[in-house]
Parts: sequence; C-alpha cells; structure tokens
Amino acid sequence: MKENMPINNNIITSPSKTEPPRKKTKRDRFLTGILIFGGLFFIFSLIQLNLDYSRLISGTSKLFSFVGHMMPPDFSTWEKVIGAGLESLQIAIVGTSIGVVLALFLSFLAAENLSPHRTISWMIKGIAAFVRAIPALIWVLIFIVAVGMGPFPGILALAFNSLGMLVKVFAQSIEEIDDGVLEAMRSTGASWMQVIFQGVIPTVLTAYMSWSIFRLEIDFRYATILGMVGAGGIGWELTSAMRMYRLEEASFIILVIFLMVFTVEVTGNQLKKMIQRI
Amino acid sequence: MEILEIQNLTKIYKDGTTALRDISFNVKKGEFAIIIGSSGAGKSTILRSINRLVQPTSGSILFQNKEITTSSKGELRKIRREMGMIFQGFHLIKRVSVLKNVLHGRLGYMNSFKGAIGAFSKEDEEAAWSLLERVGLTDQAYKRAGELSGGQQQRVAIARALAQKPALILADEPIASLDPTTSETIMNYLYQICHEDGITCIVNLHQVEVAKRYATRILGVQQGTIIFDGSATELSDSEIQHIYQKKLVV
Repeated sequence: MKENMPINNNIITSPSKTEPPRKKTKRDRFLTGILIFGGLFFIFSLIQLNLDYSRLISGTSKLFSFVGHMMPPDFSTWEKVIGAGLESLQIAIVGTSIGVVLALFLSFLAAENLSPHRTISWMIKGIAAFVRAIPALIWVLIFIVAVGMGPFPGILALAFNSLGMLVKVFAQSIEEIDDGVLEAMRSTGASWMQVIFQGVIPTVLTAYMSWSIFRLEIDFRYATILGMVGAGGIGWELTSAMRMYRLEEASFIILVIFLMVFTVEVTGNQLKKMIQRI
Repeated sequence: MEILEIQNLTKIYKDGTTALRDISFNVKKGEFAIIIGSSGAGKSTILRSINRLVQPTSGSILFQNKEITTSSKGELRKIRREMGMIFQGFHLIKRVSVLKNVLHGRLGYMNSFKGAIGAFSKEDEEAAWSLLERVGLTDQAYKRAGELSGGQQQRVAIARALAQKPALILADEPIASLDPTTSETIMNYLYQICHEDGITCIVNLHQVEVAKRYATRILGVQQGTIIFDGSATELSDSEIQHIYQKKLVV
C-alpha cells in the first residue's frame, strides 16, 4: 500500500502535457451538478411542503406557556422516578452486556484474518449489517409484540442493536492485528482457540472495552427513549406524566434523564481514559 | 542424516507470480544453512512452505521422513511444534508479558482448551525461565513484550521458538530490522544455541558478509531457483554478483 502511494500521487499531480487532466474536470463537473441539484431540491421542498410559517409565531407563545406550566418541577414522586431511572440503567447495562458477549464470539468468526471460512465471515457481517440497519425503536416494537411490555423487550432490542454495531467494530479491531503476529502463533502449532485466547484477546482487549463503554452510553440514551413506547424504565414515566398533563412531574423526569445521561457519559469518558493508560 | 528433503517444490501465487520453480535440496541434521538472495527471489516462500504458512503448488517436502505437504490440520499442528520460526518483525504478543510469550511456544503440545486458558504446567514454566536466562532476559520476564527494544524482542522470539523444543528452526530475515551490533548479538545467540542443542537451522539473510561468517552451508536463490549451493569458502565474489544480478526478462 505505502509503496504504491507516491506512484498514485504522481498520476494525479503531474499529468502529462500532451493529455489534459480530463478526469479531474469531469469529477468537478459531477460534484457541481450534485450541489446545484441539492440546492434546487431544497427550494422545491420548501415550496412543495407548503409550510405554514405563521404557526411558528403562534407556536412560540404556546411553547412558552407550556414550559411555564412545567415549572416548578414536582419532586414529590422522586422515589418512583428515580426507581424508573435506575430501571432504565439496568436495561441498558443488561442489554449492552448481552450484546457485548454475543459480539465477542461472533467477531472471531467475522474477522477475515481469523474466520474459519470467508463465507462465514461474510454471512456474519451481513447479518450484523442487517440488524444494525433496523433502528432500536423498531426492534423494541417487534419485541413488544413478541414478549409483551416491560423491561424485557427493551433489553432484547438493545442487545440486538448493540450486537449489530459491536460485531462490526470488534471484527475491525481484529482485522487490524498484524498478520505476522497471528502467523507466529500458528507456527508454534497453536490451535484456532489457542490463537484467539492467548494472542487475539490480549491484543484487542482494551479496544473492546472502550467500544463496549461507548456502546453503553448510546444504549442508556436509547433506554430512556425506548420506555416511551412501552419498554419500561423512565421513558414510560415521562409518557404517562405527559399524557395526564402532570407537566411539573414531566419536567422533573426530564431533569433526571438529563442528569443520568450526563453522568453516564462523564463516567464513560473517564473509564475510557483509564483503559487507554493500561 | 537428512532432516529435510525438498523435491521439485513449486509455488505459484494466486496472482500468477511464480515464487518457486522446481526447487530441490536436502538439509542434514545439525546444519546451519543460510539462504541468500535479493528481495522477491523466493527466500521467504521457501521457509514458509516448510511449515506450511504457504501451501506449495506442487512438489514434496519430507520432514523427518514424513510428507508434510498433504498433512491434515491435526498433523500440521504436530509438525509445526517441531519447527520454531523467527520473523523479521519479531511478532510477539505485545500486550502480554515476556514470560507468557515464551510459554506460547508450548501451546502446540497442550490440549486446545488448556492452552487457551493458559494453564501451563510447572515444568513448562521452569523451562521458560531457564530459556529466558539463556537469552539474558530474566529481569524482564514480567514486562510487557511491547516495552522491550527490538533486539530484546527478537531474543524473546528465539526463546519462544526454543520452548517448542524444535528439531528445526526457521529464521526469516531475523536481523533485517536491527542495527549492526544488535544483529551480531542475535546471530550469535541463534548460532550458539542451535549448535549447543543440535538444532538444525535455516536462515534467510540479506547480508552476505554475515552469512559467510555463520553458515555451514549457503544456498543462493534467484528468481525462484537455487543457483548456488555450497560452503562459505566456495561462495566467490562472482557467484555473489551472479545471485544478486537480476535476470533479464525475455
């Protein structure tokens, strides 16, 4: 790769004099075309969607009075709200953990430099891409139908959604390992399992830990939202409070969500820094 | 006594490059054979065919009178553990301790599960310690392999290869990424240990001078064929020129 680069650069930066750099102008024209098309489509959409801008003005005052009704936050139900918040955290932790463990095993089969067969690698990567493409919110609706309301569908949805992402990034971490290192292990007569446990896992461990924590942060944010469609946790409390116009309670719940998400992110960042120092 | 008999070995890579053309040579027990030749001549392919990191296209390799080009996965593990390999890039597990890296040489002798969880036996651990003493790294045993200098890492790699109690050591450009002084240390360790333990050794080298100093036998490779096979004294300047001269492509 590295050896090829200067050659490629040469072709781009110093085209021969007899032949004008036709490729470049072609590409420029293409990009300009896309830019013009994008601008026109934007204007067309503004007109075609027929937005009523006067609603923006009346809406603003409504918004302010709504926010006014939310004040002051009602702390009286704190036990229930904090309990629900903790449930969201539990959903996130359990869901992420299941995703991490499954992704850990699948990544050994998915990484091209480790997979027993290329077809297996492509299949697992394909399934992971499919699972990843479906948003967590759709997954939770599917699982609510399957197993009913409550934390369980939330956990399953997060586990699946995490799995889709983690298989990809875990496999990439493995694929970044120098081939020579794996060859050296194999040439001692080590078996596939021994190469993984003695060579691959120690090498990718910190990367895996960082990714898992990053994923937990995402999953906790999801967990608060997933509750709104019936997957348990603090989101559910927020939806019920809003539906019953207990706006002071709703503002307290939003405050709790904000504080928890913030805390999880800050803690996660600290942990990631600590891991990097290992 | 022949430890290795290579006959009509040919390797054509998937992209169509012919790396080895009908190569035949034998290696006797206890030889310290050095293969020289310019980059791309096929030196690495020869070594890597011997422990089947590369699958030869045709030909036969007898190792201790056993055909290895067709052996099954299970048999291959048993063959590979008899051959230690040392690489230009050391290829240790950098995040793991030096001692553990040496113990990795024992994996081929353990059942898959025991090896995976790292349940090395007392004897293996003692052996690893004495190997570290031999390469002068006892005080670094608990350091991570990645913290060591290049020369030290290569000594760990030698200890790992020795932990396999090999009959044969394959060294693929073991000093190509080291400075001259360190290179000499590494070559001395390699030569002395192989000599003392009666291990046969095949080394790929760039440096003709170094080759001449250590080799009991020199093989000159050019464009996938062996064009010189003899002792260091037989290797004349014109032969060297011949080996490093590119053949004209017709």
